[in-house]
Amino acid sequence: MKMQELNISDNNFEQCTKCTACTVYCPVVPLNALYPGPKQAGPDGERLRLKGESFYDEALKYCLNCKRCEVACPSNVKIGDIIQLARIKYSKKKPALRDRMLASTDLMGSMATKFAPLVNQSLKLKPVKWALDSVLKIDAHRTFPNYASQTFESWFKKHAEAKQKDFKHQMTFFHGCYINYNYPQLGCDMVAVMNALGYGVNLMREEKCCGVALMSNGLINQARKNAEVNIRAIRHEVLDEKRPIVGASTTCIFTMRDEYPHLLGVDNAEVRDEINLATRFVNQLIEDEKVKLVFRKDFHSRVAYHTPCHMAKLGWQYHSISLLRMIPGLDFVALDSQCCGIGGTYGFKKENYKVSQGIGAPLFRQIEESKVDFVSTDCETCKWQIEMSTSVKVKHPISVLAEALDLEATAKLNMK
Amino acid sequence: MKFDTLIIGGGLAGLTCAIRLQKQGVRCAVVSTGQSVLHFSSGSFDLLGYNQLQEVVENPTEAVRELSEEHPYRKLGDCVKEYASAARDLLTQCGVEVKGDAKKNHFRYTPMGELRPTWLTFSELATAESASSYPVGKILIANFAGFLDFNTNFISGVLTRHGAKCTHATIQVETVEHLRISPTEMRAANIAKALEMGDTLSEVIRQINSLGKGYDYVVLPAVFGFKTSEVVKRLYEEVKVKILLLPTMPPSVPGVRTQMALAAAFERAGGIFMPGDTVRRAVLENGRVKEVFTENHGDEPLKAKNFVLASGHFFSGGLRATISHVEEPVFGADVDYAEGRENWYDADVNRPHNYQAFGVHTDECFRMAVKGKTIENLYAVGSMLSGARSLEEGSGAGVSMLTALCVADEIMKGSTK
Repeated sequence: MKMQELNISDNNFEQCTKCTACTVYCPVVPLNALYPGPKQAGPDGERLRLKGESFYDEALKYCLNCKRCEVACPSNVKIGDIIQLARIKYSKKKPALRDRMLASTDLMGSMATKFAPLVNQSLKLKPVKWALDSVLKIDAHRTFPNYASQTFESWFKKHAEAKQKDFKHQMTFFHGCYINYNYPQLGCDMVAVMNALGYGVNLMREEKCCGVALMSNGLINQARKNAEVNIRAIRHEVLDEKRPIVGASTTCIFTMRDEYPHLLGVDNAEVRDEINLATRFVNQLIEDEKVKLVFRKDFHSRVAYHTPCHMAKLGWQYHSISLLRMIPGLDFVALDSQCCGIGGTYGFKKENYKVSQGIGAPLFRQIEESKVDFVSTDCETCKWQIEMSTSVKVKHPISVLAEALDLEATAKLNMK
Repeated sequence: MKFDTLIIGGGLAGLTCAIRLQKQGVRCAVVSTGQSVLHFSSGSFDLLGYNQLQEVVENPTEAVRELSEEHPYRKLGDCVKEYASAARDLLTQCGVEVKGDAKKNHFRYTPMGELRPTWLTFSELATAESASSYPVGKILIANFAGFLDFNTNFISGVLTRHGAKCTHATIQVETVEHLRISPTEMRAANIAKALEMGDTLSEVIRQINSLGKGYDYVVLPAVFGFKTSEVVKRLYEEVKVKILLLPTMPPSVPGVRTQMALAAAFERAGGIFMPGDTVRRAVLENGRVKEVFTENHGDEPLKAKNFVLASGHFFSGGLRATISHVEEPVFGADVDYAEGRENWYDADVNRPHNYQAFGVHTDECFRMAVKGKTIENLYAVGSMLSGARSLEEGSGAGVSMLTALCVADEIMKGSTK
């Protein structure tokens, strides 16, 4: 018995029964046959790689890390982790300048926000797009998200921080790179909703990019450094200040909960349960009858919810969907849960552009046919992909809530 | 999280129960560790194929009366007929098209080309009236070049033995050929997806028509129609030779389509489907299940009035064998099994094995027990029930669907009281 336990790896790859369920749900293989698929790249390949590293196949880089293979596996084999760990352990390919730029979301963001209007305009110019495409191999079809001229952090310090101590309950907001540099409005919506629910918002003493883009671009040491800084700050918030960590981006939250221990070896066991997603945090408060909501009477929208891959892996789509369905005047449309194709920085790379759009095509078709006013989703890169590839706009469920709530009336109810 | 009924297991049994309840307004959630056995479906639903003497059963609804007392069908009594017809209706309402009759078994093909008795078969697949009515005449066995999960030599061997004259041919189209770059990915589901890209299907149909000239039948692998059966319809409309569609080795394209159709029907009815999550522990209080905790939801409990366990047999992890005993891992429920490991199996792999009939112990309305005490609000359905020998007797899908419908009715009875 002991022997058996000792021989099971963390990734459970010995449990693979070769059933092939994972291969049915890989979005990459049908469009890029250079990728050997989750079963071969994962547990089957791992058996060979244990014999010798010459069995490592650089084609593993085509994995999107969407984890849909893990969601499909009936034997709890961590197929996606096996593939990503093999890349970390065996890949000899050095990240190119392009990969470093795409991966360094906070460095690029802090530089770009200083010259935001200039950067935003130039990223739209044809010669710049041509240069990015031909020199750096960032596909010219891509639209870069705009950079904000004021970061969320500086807005928060100027306009919101002082009054946060007045609230009875306190939480800590992990805003992530996207809210900070590209879309502070979502951060403002988050503060508005939290305050209305009677929660004061705090920021971490130090916040780094969660590191997901660094990991997928092979910059593992940098990713581990970020993870260590973040976990140290999270430990302070959770263990010393007794404040839960709440983030709005599924990928940041998934990365800090699961990829830190599984891929980077950064232990988060003591605080993992306290790292929560915004929609789940709010819906839990509602279900536990700890907060009350008052909705506006003039909100009317037809909305489709898209389940991001990392949301499917977290298994928390129930909470986002429940929140949206709760809104009076919101006509809810369910979409088939499938990958949009962007895969973080994956779709920005010229060599992946066609595959990326091919993966998303059935989703784009569904969205166009659904005749919705807008799509709602918890992931910023899904938002870019859907806005670039369809005619509809995308809003985070927290922004939808901020729009649909009577914030003042809600705040009054939750003050006591 | 609070639901009326929480169902553990999202395969044929779990989803059948969930759809039946949700459609009557019972708020259900389904938690499922990965994908189900429908992914390995050979294309049919069996009710009862063989009796205890291993003879082919003609009328399953009659033959169930001769099963041993412990068999789940015996608990259904005369309701077997009623539930068999309700099960068929449920499949049809979910968009799963099937043919067959619970009062008279028909015959389906195995991926090796042999005929076996069964209850319902996906409409698109080839079937036969009797165990010996194999097709005769000139038969073309066509396969996609490089597709190894369709054993054309076995199939032609069987058909030739029964008097047909078989010829082999290959279909070659660019989008399918492309998959061969990674030969391991040349699988039924990937081919089905490739056939839905661009106008690949027209070229496939053109090739089949050209190769099939002068033949009485063309045998093809069931790799058509990943998401919808539209592709299958076009195939039947436009191919000029009579088609015999035979199942492939897993993954099963019609099986996957069925799984997706059932899950979609459940969600359309307002149900909450939680794929890729595993129940780790349960809290019991005063002879009832109070709540369960899952891998993804961590310290957040899932509460419900009733719980249904549909987590499958040994293969799916619903039952677990250690060196000395057999256990049910979620609730630690009572399991019927033979003492002594040597009594679990026969050294001859082709003979009946006792472990097949092992399963959770239930009362007359499929409620489970822990340490001899019945748990009021905990039911078991499907292959995890003790008493059935699904492989030997050909009863897997029937036990799953019929017991699931019966438990759904039990729960409805309780909720209207």
